[in-house]
Amino acid sequence: MKKSYDVVIIGGGIIGCSVAFELAKRGRKDVLVVEQEYLTSGATGRCGAGIRQQWGSMLNATLALESTHVFENLEEYTGYDGDCGLNQGGYLLIAYTEKEWEQFQKNLEIQHQVGINSHAVPLDCIKEIVPHINTDGIQGACFCASDGHADPFHCTYAYAKGAQGMGVEIVTYTKVTGLKVENGRIRGVATTRGDIEAKVVINATGGHAAQMAMLAGDELPIFPERHQILITEPVAHIMNPMVMSFHRHFYVQQTPHGSVIMGMGDPNEPVSLNTKASWQYLEHNAWVVTQTLPAFRNLRVVRQWAGHYDMSPDRNPIINEAKSAEGFITIAGFSGHGFMVAPRTAILVSNYLTGQQDSLDISRFSVERYKTGELLLEPSVV
Amino acid sequence: MKNRDAEIMICRCEDVTRETILKCIAEGYQTLDEIKRVTRAGMGPCQGRTCRQLIAAELSRHYGMPMEEVMMTTFRPPVKPISLGALADAYEHERTGHKHEKIV
Repeated sequence: MKKSYDVVIIGGGIIGCSVAFELAKRGRKDVLVVEQEYLTSGATGRCGAGIRQQWGSMLNATLALESTHVFENLEEYTGYDGDCGLNQGGYLLIAYTEKEWEQFQKNLEIQHQVGINSHAVPLDCIKEIVPHINTDGIQGACFCASDGHADPFHCTYAYAKGAQGMGVEIVTYTKVTGLKVENGRIRGVATTRGDIEAKVVINATGGHAAQMAMLAGDELPIFPERHQILITEPVAHIMNPMVMSFHRHFYVQQTPHGSVIMGMGDPNEPVSLNTKASWQYLEHNAWVVTQTLPAFRNLRVVRQWAGHYDMSPDRNPIINEAKSAEGFITIAGFSGHGFMVAPRTAILVSNYLTGQQDSLDISRFSVERYKTGELLLEPSVV
Repeated sequence: MKNRDAEIMICRCEDVTRETILKCIAEGYQTLDEIKRVTRAGMGPCQGRTCRQLIAAELSRHYGMPMEEVMMTTFRPPVKPISLGALADAYEHERTGHKHEKIV
């Protein structure tokens, strides 16, 4: 580790590592990634790993579609010798209310404008996609065959190793304890292994992002919210797609390895950095999912854990340069869908930092939108 | 000479050999947490009851540190595998006060 870098990135999750990779690819290679534990130890390594293109806003649909294209060739793209575990088994979105079903049909129009190959599934055809589903109460469903999931650990390591190959340095088990700001400009970071100077500092700390930004005098509306997940023992392959319900707040998929992984949001979850798993969640998620997928009753749960969504007021990312500290850029607030849009987000941010053109307007992600009212509204989040 | 490490099973649930673990350590993975995530060692039905200690021993040997200083991964619930049906019935019972008839 040197005393000074061009760019210091705080946070070794999918956002921090993908931004490091894209910056290095564009010639900004004097980069240090500082991670307080190990790579993926925060939200990335705890996430549901889904890759969904079936969004209800043009912006999210575009980010997800273009990110999926990167995931499809991530090993080759980064020169990684491992397997990133991409499995495009599709996403089956099920609607349990009339209103939800109407929204899905509007979403399909947006998706088709962007070029996403999603379609409505007639009620009598749902079982062709998931034969063991209980269709009671289902009003309609949508399917996109190129949605899927990937291994968040290997995807992050692919970006990290690719970045290191181009000269980026990564330090783990090192905590950023302070930010140095002088005359309205960021100058560097203080860490548990000493002070480091930097021209640009990137805050990619997920649920910790607001706390981190406060160290530079920047107040951001990002707050951590605990979400829980469970995983079962591996069994023979019985389900290809991710099955998801916004109304019942759950998602469930079977990994290529055979384990079934599922998660559920709790609308009453308080704001906190709590990562404890609860038995109440375990029972509730089991009950909700086995109503829709009764065949899973016999599967045994082997592990459960919790992680944080980094929530923003309109449940979409905040990419923002601090007014109080020029050169201090926060990329957080992904509200539960950071993993799936990370590849395109990293390209957007890196184009901005290297003065290159981008088809997307980065200023739309600025925190200014909460003042002007130009929110990034997204009707379909779980 | 035959590579014996390729035949020594460290994680029986996920079929991870000693050869794979040593390769990870040689590549620079420093902790049980990292090795668990890149190899799946410790993610199977027994949740690392055997392999956690064996991998810790390899790290201890490689880095020349005592076993008690090797950082452990988080011990996560449930302690033993439990069926979704049993959990769902417990929720139903608490919700309605009625016991589910079906035995899983």
